[in-house]
Amino acid sequence: MPETRESSKEHKSRDGIIRLMEVCGTHTMAIARNGIKSLLPPGVKLISGPGCPVCVTPPQVVDAVLGLSELECRPVIATYGDMIRVPGSRPGDTLMKRRALGADVRIVYSPVDAVELAEKERDRQVIFLGAGFETTAPGTAAAIGAAADRGLKNFTVFSMLKKVEPSVRALASDPSFSVQGFLCPGHVAVVTGEKGMKFFSEDLGYPAVISGFEPEEILKAITLLLKQIRNGESKLENAYSTVVSADGNTIAQEMMEKYFALRSDIWRGLGLIPDSGFGIREEYSDMDAEKRFDIKIGEPKQDSGCHCGDVIKGAMEPSECPLFGKACVPEEPVGPCMVSPEGACAAAWKYRDVSA
Amino acid sequence: MEDVITLDYGSGGGKTSKLISDLILPLINKDHEKTGALCDGAVLDILKGTGDGNQRLVFSTDSFVVDPRFFPGGDIGKLSVCGTVNDLAMMGAEPAYLSLSFIIEEGFSAEELKTIAMSIGRTAKEAGVRIVTGDTKVVDRGRGDGIYINTSGIGFVDSDLFPEGYSLKPENICAGDSVIVSGTVGDHGTAVMLARNPEFGMGGGEGSDMLLSDCAPLNREALALARGLGKDLRVMRDPTRGGLATALNEFVEDRQDVGIEILEKEIPISDTVRSICDILGLDPLYCACEGRLIAVVSGECEDRALSILKREPHGSGAAVIGHVTEKTPGRLVIRTVLGTGRIAVKLSGAQLPRIC
Repeated sequence: MPETRESSKEHKSRDGIIRLMEVCGTHTMAIARNGIKSLLPPGVKLISGPGCPVCVTPPQVVDAVLGLSELECRPVIATYGDMIRVPGSRPGDTLMKRRALGADVRIVYSPVDAVELAEKERDRQVIFLGAGFETTAPGTAAAIGAAADRGLKNFTVFSMLKKVEPSVRALASDPSFSVQGFLCPGHVAVVTGEKGMKFFSEDLGYPAVISGFEPEEILKAITLLLKQIRNGESKLENAYSTVVSADGNTIAQEMMEKYFALRSDIWRGLGLIPDSGFGIREEYSDMDAEKRFDIKIGEPKQDSGCHCGDVIKGAMEPSECPLFGKACVPEEPVGPCMVSPEGACAAAWKYRDVSA
Repeated sequence: MEDVITLDYGSGGGKTSKLISDLILPLINKDHEKTGALCDGAVLDILKGTGDGNQRLVFSTDSFVVDPRFFPGGDIGKLSVCGTVNDLAMMGAEPAYLSLSFIIEEGFSAEELKTIAMSIGRTAKEAGVRIVTGDTKVVDRGRGDGIYINTSGIGFVDSDLFPEGYSLKPENICAGDSVIVSGTVGDHGTAVMLARNPEFGMGGGEGSDMLLSDCAPLNREALALARGLGKDLRVMRDPTRGGLATALNEFVEDRQDVGIEILEKEIPISDTVRSICDILGLDPLYCACEGRLIAVVSGECEDRALSILKREPHGSGAAVIGHVTEKTPGRLVIRTVLGTGRIAVKLSGAQLPRIC
């Protein structure tokens, strides 16, 4: 481990409350499901960061996705399940509703399933909605590779894939951001390795612990973070070393490198962040739905009053949102954080803590 | 209520309730509360026979659209008998007669229909019900998904089963009552999911025995409980769509005085179901069962109820999973293995596999 930085001053809490941020939707859900917040000592809070793929997708990109269903070729839109309930700029306008109105929207469990679909239905254009982080990017890369190998002319990917690191850097650069430590995303770390998580401590000066997803593992990671904070340390610790290695999954990294190039991308709540999105490389542009169908990302059409952006940044707790549990419930979500089971609001709603 | 019916309205959760209460009921039956149109079966004050044979009549109906039609542990034919038989049995009735209607798509294999009919005959025999009327329609190719089946049924509640005026309903539940489930939960929903997606490579294809649907008629189990416990049996439910958590929510959602607390570690879930749900991001507490019952019984009859269930063919895995409590009125609370408590709400729409 490199020398740890004396950073506790830098990231000192203004109000005495220690805030720890998780940046992985599966952590958000596991924390809520196991009621971990209610076990924390007073003065320690867990807040959710930009770790839910659906949640960080901005409304104008969801509008573009919905627009795919209006293409003249009437494509098959192949998507992960949680994408289909996310409304675009207009409340209630979702892929699920478009499907009820006749769009061909199919839920797949892996990008390769979408390639199989394209193979089977050669006379249809199949567009796979690539969402997620370094977790799903390698699989999407593999799908592009498989489609290229098979010479499929009817398969494209609409990439909304994002890289975790730039979003955390963007968050941390906001002067109002106040977090004292990070629970590093375990699944992303499996791909990037410890080396992909070092920026938390080495560049940004935060205590950081790579954590697994079982309740005991999360509690252990929190304990390690609190110890670092108490000792004024800021280092990266790997508490998920059974699956996270120093260098990560190099094959997955090579796949991403081969098929994707980093580009500026828009994040809900965070805006445009340079080099934060995985765009499809020029060599594979015939697999790029944005290029094949000439898709332009517009401006959001109307303001739904949604505060998901603030929730994603950790600036607002789900329960502090004026829409939470009122205008915005899982049955009729206004924002994506209430849609995905990994969203901070859905997790907070579905698994409300009871102090009984 | 949205302006088009999306698939979520058929999930059996909150959205289904909304469709029924907001759109359908106000237009057809303003006095539904008297007949219990919102329960699985309606108890009608029609008395059959005279003298010592007075019985109340219970009426129920259900439609079956399962995909795939054959899955490990069952098929659409078996399901169509069990579904209605179990709805009747949950009201304490002895199922007696069923109607059987087919909507068949042009081009459907006669051989397959024969297999389904045989399964229906076999299951009706096992459940001791007679199929006494029916209907058959054939629709144009492309206007139906192979075959749809509807069954309606009537059953009778013996007058000496319960004291006069007593029927099984959530209003009977009191603080201190015990909550019992007759076996492992989530088997059916997970088995069907695997059968639908053989590409998961987790078994689940035809002939696979890794995980079987729990699909079974429960009239023996239900009647044994009713006969053995009388008024100490408060309510029963077969947790089909929406699973255990949704059914338990429905027991207490209208109550100002009591709620239910269940212990996570006591809920019987097979390792197979737990692992599959983990991988797919599903919650087994919301996965459908087709051969399990939940019974709320008085606290002092807990052991007796368990031993009654364990003697029956589909009750060997019965377990007490929790209690009715005054601490959290109107709520279902799950006490986790860490000792924390979380509120579990009803399923809103269909469970969707998440991204990563």
